[in-house]
Amino acid sequence: MRELRGAGVFGGVVIGPVYFYAPGRCTVSEEKTEDPAGEVTRFEIARGRAQAQLKALYEQALAQAGEESAAIFDIHQLMLDDQDYIDSVHGLITRGRDNAARAVQKTGARFARTFAEMDDEYMKARSADVLDVSQRVIDILCGAEGETPGLSVPSIIVAEDLTPSQSMQFERDKVLAFATAKGSSCSHTAILARTKGVPAVVGLGRALTPDLHGKTAVLDGENGTLTVDPDEKTLAAAQKRLQKQQKDHAALQALKGTPDRTKDGRTVKLYANVGNLEELQDALEQDAAGVGLFRTEFLYLQAADYPTEEEQLAIYRRAAEMCGDRKIIFRTLDIGADKTAPYFDLPAEENPAMGLRAIRLCLSRPGLFQTQLRALLRASAYGNVSVMFPMISSAREVEKALEQLETAKESLRKEGLAFDEKLETGIMVETPAAALIAEELAGLVDFFSVGTNDLAQYACALDRQNQTIQQFSDPHHPAVLRLIDMAARAAHAKGKWIGICGELGADTELTETFLKMGIDELSVSAPKVLPLRGKIQSLDLSR
Amino acid sequence: MKEFTYVITDKEGIHARPAGVLVKKANGFKSKLTMSLGEKTGDLKRIFSVMALGAKEGDPVVVRAEGEDEEQAAAALEACLKETL
Repeated sequence: MRELRGAGVFGGVVIGPVYFYAPGRCTVSEEKTEDPAGEVTRFEIARGRAQAQLKALYEQALAQAGEESAAIFDIHQLMLDDQDYIDSVHGLITRGRDNAARAVQKTGARFARTFAEMDDEYMKARSADVLDVSQRVIDILCGAEGETPGLSVPSIIVAEDLTPSQSMQFERDKVLAFATAKGSSCSHTAILARTKGVPAVVGLGRALTPDLHGKTAVLDGENGTLTVDPDEKTLAAAQKRLQKQQKDHAALQALKGTPDRTKDGRTVKLYANVGNLEELQDALEQDAAGVGLFRTEFLYLQAADYPTEEEQLAIYRRAAEMCGDRKIIFRTLDIGADKTAPYFDLPAEENPAMGLRAIRLCLSRPGLFQTQLRALLRASAYGNVSVMFPMISSAREVEKALEQLETAKESLRKEGLAFDEKLETGIMVETPAAALIAEELAGLVDFFSVGTNDLAQYACALDRQNQTIQQFSDPHHPAVLRLIDMAARAAHAKGKWIGICGELGADTELTETFLKMGIDELSVSAPKVLPLRGKIQSLDLSR
Repeated sequence: MKEFTYVITDKEGIHARPAGVLVKKANGFKSKLTMSLGEKTGDLKRIFSVMALGAKEGDPVVVRAEGEDEEQAAAALEACLKETL
């Protein structure tokens, strides 16, 4: 038995076989070939298989994450179809007598060098794509495909690290857990694990070696351990926890289709927060009654240039259609100096949390804002769409934003493009200023949604990114709760509704407090939907 | 032979995605299709060769089409460039 320690990033125990995922783990031999014609054929077969893999990855990425993230697999296919690339491989085999894998490796390196030497950061970065696609062919030739042949049974995926495209390759029902050598609690793997609700341990270090492949292991995402070849005692303890977990899980699943109502009959809207179409799918599977926060940033952060109206519309429309009759609230672009894409060309700021971000950025760049508003409005023709504006701190900002929305509506009317005339608008309450003037703001919009993370950071002057001051942070600070209460009273006085979409909304210790305040909607990440439903059903507000 | 010049207006220049779009479009025609920037000439049916031109915003690229469907090819590529770049 070997117990490895790392950092647990998402809870739960799993027992299963280790699948050691090592992209490109084979070493390419330098041996010359006696049979060049045979090697050319092997290369062509491997190239065809690689194309098929890329096509499947493209389709998968398109369905899960949209055109922007899928495009790279399309480019990879074109690279493998490039006649210069093919000629180079054939030439090295037939004239240089290189074996097929070696010829692909040399060709990949040669083409990558061309890009690496170019006088352009973007093109320099493309050399990684050439190496990536070449490696795919090499893996097939060596029989060590980056595909997932070993995943005939659900497994614990063990890897050095996982990139987004690598993690995308695994069928979701075949992944028991993730364990990586590198990574921190904010690495890609960690975020992925949390949003998908997959147990994970990261930072396991060098102890993760290929010989673990196929061995039975116990992964404990709560305590951050991976136990390989567990002894009977460990296994029995893990099985006991697993059984309890499965029982809890079954109890949660049984809540699907049941109402979000307290014992004394108070109904709450239980919605989900999502950041892309894949998370939206998860949220719907978890039976969320709607989407309380659709973050639109991913469209911008993944792109090489401003996403066009049509590109945005395609995603928003699909999201609206996936929701059917359920409400989906899109938040307009919430981007700033700390979270940006290079093409935005934003100057570095001393204090980005209080800088040119979110609605301030959109109001300063009406062109950018109009493109998104038009796309959102057009999507409203296909579902139950609402729009909300982030980082509001004054009534003037709301008026300006609504004017922009009106401009977008007017232009669509002129062009005869359909949208929902009764589309609801709302604002995020995430600055203390917005909570303090909630009465005025409630007169301007249909609803409020409280962003508790920012509200707490601004109310307590406590930077949430700064690890060293977390000891001073009190997630249940009365100042924050009072600000929420103020906003709720103001909204209700004007006959408007109010929700919470920050992390506090999922905090079951506060559910009762929030419902007593009269909060109408709670929006939480997909894995938190059913646990929160259980909590709501257990409450009796009359007592 | 058909020939036209187009000035790139996209801020990123001919990066991977538009190069992919152009190459796909070019492969739909029988004619020999090239794109030149200064002294460099690339085959429009080959993605590496198009990307290696490194055409940026403001660069004038010359597209040449030669073959039985050169008229249609040139027109289609011009439309494609206008739309994506």
